[in-house]
Amino acid sequence: MEAFTTLDAVAIPIDQPNLDTDQIIPARFLGKPRDMQVGALFHDLRYTPDKAPRPEFVTNMPAYAGAKIVVAERNFACGSSRENAVTVMVDNGLRAFIAPSFGDIFFNNCFQNGALPIRVDAARAGELRRLLHASPGARIRIDLAAQTVTGPDGKIDRFEIDSFRKDCLLKGADEVSLTLSYDKDIKAFEARQRQEMSWL
Amino acid sequence: MAAARTMFEKIWQRHVVVDRDDGYTLLYIDRHLMHDGSAAGFAKLRERNMKLRRPDRGFATPDHYVRSDSRDVADIADPHHRKLVEAIRTNTAESGVTLFDLGDERQGIAHVVGPEQGVTQPGLTLVCGDSHTSTHGALGALAFGIGSSEVAHVMATQCLWQRKPRAMRISVDGELGEGVTAKDVILAIIARIGTAGAVGHVIEYAGSAIRGLSIEGRLTVCNMSIEAGGKAGMVAPDDTTIAYLEGRPFAPKSAEWDKAVAFWRTVPSDEGAVFDRDVSLDAASIAPMVTWGTSPEDALSITGRIPEPSTAPDAAKKDSMKRALDYMGLVPGTPLEQVPVDRVFIGSCTNSRIEDLRAAAKVAKGRKVVIPSWVVAGSGLVKKQAEAEGLDRIFRDAGFEWREPGCSMCVGMNGDTGKPQQRIASTSNRNFIGRQGPGVRTHLLSPAMAVAAAVSGHFADVRKLA
Repeated sequence: MEAFTTLDAVAIPIDQPNLDTDQIIPARFLGKPRDMQVGALFHDLRYTPDKAPRPEFVTNMPAYAGAKIVVAERNFACGSSRENAVTVMVDNGLRAFIAPSFGDIFFNNCFQNGALPIRVDAARAGELRRLLHASPGARIRIDLAAQTVTGPDGKIDRFEIDSFRKDCLLKGADEVSLTLSYDKDIKAFEARQRQEMSWL
Repeated sequence: MAAARTMFEKIWQRHVVVDRDDGYTLLYIDRHLMHDGSAAGFAKLRERNMKLRRPDRGFATPDHYVRSDSRDVADIADPHHRKLVEAIRTNTAESGVTLFDLGDERQGIAHVVGPEQGVTQPGLTLVCGDSHTSTHGALGALAFGIGSSEVAHVMATQCLWQRKPRAMRISVDGELGEGVTAKDVILAIIARIGTAGAVGHVIEYAGSAIRGLSIEGRLTVCNMSIEAGGKAGMVAPDDTTIAYLEGRPFAPKSAEWDKAVAFWRTVPSDEGAVFDRDVSLDAASIAPMVTWGTSPEDALSITGRIPEPSTAPDAAKKDSMKRALDYMGLVPGTPLEQVPVDRVFIGSCTNSRIEDLRAAAKVAKGRKVVIPSWVVAGSGLVKKQAEAEGLDRIFRDAGFEWREPGCSMCVGMNGDTGKPQQRIASTSNRNFIGRQGPGVRTHLLSPAMAVAAAVSGHFADVRKLA
């Protein structure tokens, strides 16, 4: 997994609260191989039913080209557990998501793919989105080690992240390998459970 | 004396493998349900050259991509989808996971099959690569959905790294009115707390109205915990739970049964256990519900009118209401009962169990649908039971299509989708934009209310049809 350290990049604002993972990647694209899903990002928000790009949608605006950061509204990426919602964004270059809150499953899925979800308060998220609308192509800087987000206005916000998740992201570490280092504990648990819950 | 603990706390503590200083817990997973979408997890495992740690703890059934009008894999037109349904055969055969395949009457939607087979039990941890895994909490299990990387992690280690969520109790007390079902209860709850109302929490549903629900009803309530933002939802196991499990194929037998029951009796929250949040609703105040917008929180009593954006508390909410009304093609102020419906879908992991079909058939009996309407049973066994009771006859006589088990039109991944601008009354769980196909307008409601719409051609109060 690719490590996440710092990211200084163009950011896109997404204003809708509760933007669900069906909007990030509609279900009809999920059964295809990952490399065939890349064009499905925000598909029905980006295109009209007759496949014409909607010029008003941020990812269709040239000024936001090369964006790597999303600043969203509350409960971003709620709904379905589809990990494709993370991978399709990562495959389109988007690796950090800033919002007041996230869907729980999406939040966990990010860490499995070298992507960073950042919770900031609703007022600051709103302010960042306003700044990004006002100056399309404006950049945000994220420093994971320092746990800071620097807005286009130069204001620095510190964010919280679990040290476990932070370490894994900084190293690009794989959770399965880490878990296997606890194999003795897992075996001990299984032996205990065989006694206590023998019907399983 | 030990401190009073919630049911969630008890199940959590019993499954801790390692507690790290950084607040992360390695949690043991007792049951892993798999479906045709789990092929990604198997692929990740194969990439690492690893085997399933505990195939005996895995149970699989194809549901998302299967056709609702054929049981033959060869009939699946999309080659990628066909490959996924074929992959579940080869993957389970190679790994030793129990499979309920197409053609086996035990096949169905994973969240219908787990409880039906007795795989889901009180006091267990259960995961599946699907957000509606919260359903299984109805039997007093800690059950939640995960992504495909975590699916692979569970396959490899039978564990997951978790940070402990908070506990929330939602109590519904009193008597439910005539025509009011579990679906109306959960829609009323989500309308009350919002679609992000339970983010970061495990919900325990409590109170006399919840205790009075059958297991099928509890499964419906817990199913939509995710639509309230909850990590999981659960109901304390009681006599109803134990009676439901007795004799199920994967439930414990004889001496083990007694041992298991004794344990299950210890699972409910202790008297005086403290929750991080408490919400309560009066059962008598809940009416049959219908959603009007593009989020499950946009739910109204059938006696209501389409809301006016001008009444929104703030500009952002007003804007999102306008967008939702525009997508849904609705005019503020219209009585819900005057909104015409184009199509009806009865099915999904929310409402496709035998009790749902009985409730629907009760309303359908002796009436005729006036719009295309489908019934998709949750499993082959539900379908068989319904046929034994003559429910299929009632549905067919009323003009419903009686189809084969799977997720079908809830998510449309098998091609069962509506047409743009079509308005569908659906017993499923999500009314998201495009959920049932691009441009499709989904309204969530109970099976009885879905039939009321099917025979009326518009939303109708099932209480008036009785």
